[in-house]
Amino acid sequence: MQQHSIPDTRPESPTAPADSIPVVPLRHPVRLAIAVVLIVVALSAAWDVAVNQRYHWDVVVSYLFAPQILAGAGLTILLTVVSMTAGIALGTVLAVMRLSKNPILSTISRGYIWFFRGTPLLVQLIFWYNIAALYPVIAFGLPLGGPSVVLGSANVLISPLTAALLGLALNEAAYMAEIIRGGIGSVDKGQYDAARALGMNGGQLMRRVILPQAMRVVLPPTGNQVISMLKGTSLVSVLAISDLLYSAQIIYATNYQTIPLLIVASLWYLLMTTILSFFQTKLERRYGRGFDAAPRRPRRAKGPANVPTQTRTA
Amino acid sequence: MNTAMVEARGVRKSFGSTEILKGIDLRIERGSVTCLIGPSGSGKTTFLRCINHLEKVDAGRLYVDEHLVGYTERNGRLYEMKERQTARSRLNAGMVFQRFNLFPHMTVLENIVEAPVHVLGRPRNEVTAEAQALLDRVGLGNRGHSFPQELSGGQQQRIAIARALAMKPKLMLFDEPTSALDPELVGEVLDVMKSLAEAGMTMVVVTHELGFARQVSDQVVFMDQGVVVESGPPEQVLGSPQHERTRAFLSKVL
Repeated sequence: MQQHSIPDTRPESPTAPADSIPVVPLRHPVRLAIAVVLIVVALSAAWDVAVNQRYHWDVVVSYLFAPQILAGAGLTILLTVVSMTAGIALGTVLAVMRLSKNPILSTISRGYIWFFRGTPLLVQLIFWYNIAALYPVIAFGLPLGGPSVVLGSANVLISPLTAALLGLALNEAAYMAEIIRGGIGSVDKGQYDAARALGMNGGQLMRRVILPQAMRVVLPPTGNQVISMLKGTSLVSVLAISDLLYSAQIIYATNYQTIPLLIVASLWYLLMTTILSFFQTKLERRYGRGFDAAPRRPRRAKGPANVPTQTRTA
Repeated sequence: MNTAMVEARGVRKSFGSTEILKGIDLRIERGSVTCLIGPSGSGKTTFLRCINHLEKVDAGRLYVDEHLVGYTERNGRLYEMKERQTARSRLNAGMVFQRFNLFPHMTVLENIVEAPVHVLGRPRNEVTAEAQALLDRVGLGNRGHSFPQELSGGQQQRIAIARALAMKPKLMLFDEPTSALDPELVGEVLDVMKSLAEAGMTMVVVTHELGFARQVSDQVVFMDQGVVVESGPPEQVLGSPQHERTRAFLSKVL
């Protein structure tokens, strides 16, 4: 640019008008037209949904807070929380086994994942529900016919709810194992060297250094898993467990208001997944700490830097 | 009795069928600075990692502070150490890596405090005060609450040195500490290392900075193809090298 003294001596600097030329942004007529069409379509669809008597919005409203529906939603949340927690715990163990140098451990993990990912969840649920057909009595004991302690009849111990939790959790563990393995694999190998050189043992290394960094990669797909688990619990309606969907089904089986009650159930599913997405975003921000430096920038104004910080080798 | 800080006798190491170290004999005195130089693939980094048992020694003996690295000797047999024992034996040496390897999810201060608190079990407030002093020592006293990725490479490497020093090691190992840095940032890291050497720290440095080797080190070791070709005071190895391979290497580097 020019020196300070030059514009002073020449008030009508040739660069001055150039700066004030109005900028006309590029227009996108096609994009605009598509947007208008979409708005019209969306509005007319919404209008139709609102005025179409056959939706029976009055029925929807009257059942939205019905006790059976609320109880069903509660059970859906319970199923999701318990099976997801168990799935993540078992999945972490499977992931660590899969990465183990011991070939037996990694093969067992691989086989587990192969089996539980490769068969339909619905089949697994029905299988656990009917486990008593295979094992009428459940007992703890030594392998190969050693002494054992009988815990009770399978029909009593494996209630439909237990069968549902078993099916969902064991299936989820297979998926979570792969997600967590990917997360662990994404951590730079130098982090292991650094942690070991500081005298950490394997457990500390995992807990303090590797897993917190893996979290960043693990969280987005896990959020997906939680949401699909929440909806996946609706499969347990086949086991006659009164989750949200099954509660709605029971009601419309008697009053034949099928669509309004499915809307009721869907609204609750939507509300729950929305809340989950909100927490997912918060968690992702928490574990992104140190990786996306942007939100913390203001801190750096404190005190003079000893060395210029623009250059960065990473 | 004056025993060496590090003593290697016939140390061998292979990766698969490739032998990287073919019998290293070396003595590193307490309070001395040793620079390992040599072409890439000569095994200098592998040897450095063996000192800290990041790599397992296949044959020969490696003593650090009079303790056999990675093995316990009983009844004429060597037993591989349990993981916890190995972890404890690593506390003798601090290590600084080419690519810093700071923990990106922790602030600078948390990086330094991590191991003293969680490995040594020392009280956090006491360690934090020491960490602050170390940060001042490497000239980054005001950076404690930054995250590593907000800092330049040179700053990150100085933090990595502070993190290693926080464990109060008897020995510091540097693996090409300036090789990943932009040229204008090399000086600040070398300055910290010089002051450390002046304070009497035993240091083993794998480096390509021959100026640093000449100026600071007591011993320069030239390695090539898994063996020590020659070693001695810097003026001898760098000034009047005895071996053809050393001369060839120096003529390419200088």
